[in-house]
Amino acid sequence: MSAIVVNHISKSYGAGVKALDDITLDVQQGELFGLIGPDGAGKTTLFRILTTVLLADSGLATVDGYEVVKDYKAIRQRVGYMPGRFSLYQDLTVEENLNFFAKVFHTTIEKNYDLVKDIYVQLEPFRTRRAGKLSGGMKQKLALCCALIHKPSVLFLDEPTTGVDPVSRREFWEMLKRLKAQNISILVSTPYMDEASLCDRIAFIQNGKILSIDSPEHITGNFREPLIAVRCSNMYAALLELREAEFCQSCFAFGDAHHVRLASDKWTEKDVVRYLEQRGHTNIRAERIKAGIEDTFMSLSTDLLVTTDHDTEGHHG
Amino acid sequence: MADMTTDIVIDVEKLTKRFGSFTAVDAISFQVHRGEIFGFLGANGAGKTTAMKMLIGISTPTSGRAMVAGYDVLKESERIKENIGYMSQKFSLYEDLSVRENIQFYGGIYGLRKSELAEKSEALIQKLGLQSEANVLVKSLPLGWRQKLSFSIAVLHEPKIVFLDEPTGGVDPITRRQFWDMIYDAAHRGITVFVTTHYMDEAEYCNRVSIMVDGRIDALDSPGALKAQFDAESMNDVFQALARKATRSAD
Repeated sequence: MSAIVVNHISKSYGAGVKALDDITLDVQQGELFGLIGPDGAGKTTLFRILTTVLLADSGLATVDGYEVVKDYKAIRQRVGYMPGRFSLYQDLTVEENLNFFAKVFHTTIEKNYDLVKDIYVQLEPFRTRRAGKLSGGMKQKLALCCALIHKPSVLFLDEPTTGVDPVSRREFWEMLKRLKAQNISILVSTPYMDEASLCDRIAFIQNGKILSIDSPEHITGNFREPLIAVRCSNMYAALLELREAEFCQSCFAFGDAHHVRLASDKWTEKDVVRYLEQRGHTNIRAERIKAGIEDTFMSLSTDLLVTTDHDTEGHHG
Repeated sequence: MADMTTDIVIDVEKLTKRFGSFTAVDAISFQVHRGEIFGFLGANGAGKTTAMKMLIGISTPTSGRAMVAGYDVLKESERIKENIGYMSQKFSLYEDLSVRENIQFYGGIYGLRKSELAEKSEALIQKLGLQSEANVLVKSLPLGWRQKLSFSIAVLHEPKIVFLDEPTGGVDPITRRQFWDMIYDAAHRGITVFVTTHYMDEAEYCNRVSIMVDGRIDALDSPGALKAQFDAESMNDVFQALARKATRSAD
């Protein structure tokens, strides 16, 4: 049985703003499924529909076999939800928040202690601190703890790592892996492309539409055009010049290199080197590389913009 | 007094901030040059925001000194505010004002004359491609556009330095890069950029990067030199190596 089934779900706010446009996906039992997309893509709307706090305009969805409209009470008993915005009680202490959530679900911290132990030991030094006075990383751990306290079978995490530093982000994903090992199904959204590779499967979502669903390996395998990583002495000038080149489909900065997506197979890295040499660049290194998650997302989303988004063209030039 | 003889626009010496017995910023010293893109990194709770608040003149240091844009943060904080721009992810624009109203409001605060302002705001709306959204409330714009608008407004008065506190958090990959194009462009015009980020690929775009651990600056150099020093493949590895040494918990 699938942990989550989403079947042709659409949702609009007011006139014309389509937050979700015919979304279909499923999450298997025990799967760690990533919803990857920028702010405004529709991720939160989907979370709210699946956690039964928002009604879809059309389509069908089930969670743990229960239908989100008809069986909303059953779903609320068996899911954990960590919303994107910190929504614990700021004026209650860490311990009071945990006890409150345990009580609401007719359980105790002790009963499911094994599940939250890893996280709880890190929170314990701040047991008597008010939640509102915690740092970002600790708030996030407390929120996860509260979402887990009743041992949910499906866990919804809406951008749990936004604004969190790289070390805490890595720790958070290690926690998710341990939860997954306990057969909890997890739907997690993130704007960080590097986190996508840690999921079993991912869906790229943008403007309310799904661009692609697959395992991270398969998704990056679908990147068709040759991709060249370029380094040279004047990186900023090179970025602007490469974008003007005939062979260049797109060129973006990627850390210490630029990634040039070639327009077709008839070009190679040699053309890139020659082009930069002609423009006086030195220390040029260009090599063909395999596309990563972020390359793939960017190529999918620019292709989509070109074909479907004429009215907002001006903003993406 | 403003010192125009050097190209050092931020000069910090043993800057310290204590809250009771807790030392949030612990005697940090560094300099930033004109037109430089300076990355100010650190884990949550390492002291970045506290340090930045002192530099922009809204928090008083416990000890140490800092000159920003030629002015002393202790004695001349009002002059500093005239000479810098600031944007953060949490607060940037008035959501219930339109794009044009936000530009005019901030332009007014930054002391632009009316005629200058009318001209500049139209030019900015053109440049950002927001012609059809000029009268739309900012809250209905996607985050990425909002952040680009917010940055443009922060440099509208051509400040000496612009402070950016996690400007690209949650922004999609393409808009994030367009945002950095704007940063490069500003630096090219001589505006110094002081930026915090949790995206380690963005750390690579900085001329120099400092990394704060437990209130101290534990590393400061160009990304290339830092990677060599820590024998690391990427700035992410450098960051992980340093930040894991922290004894202060994320509080």
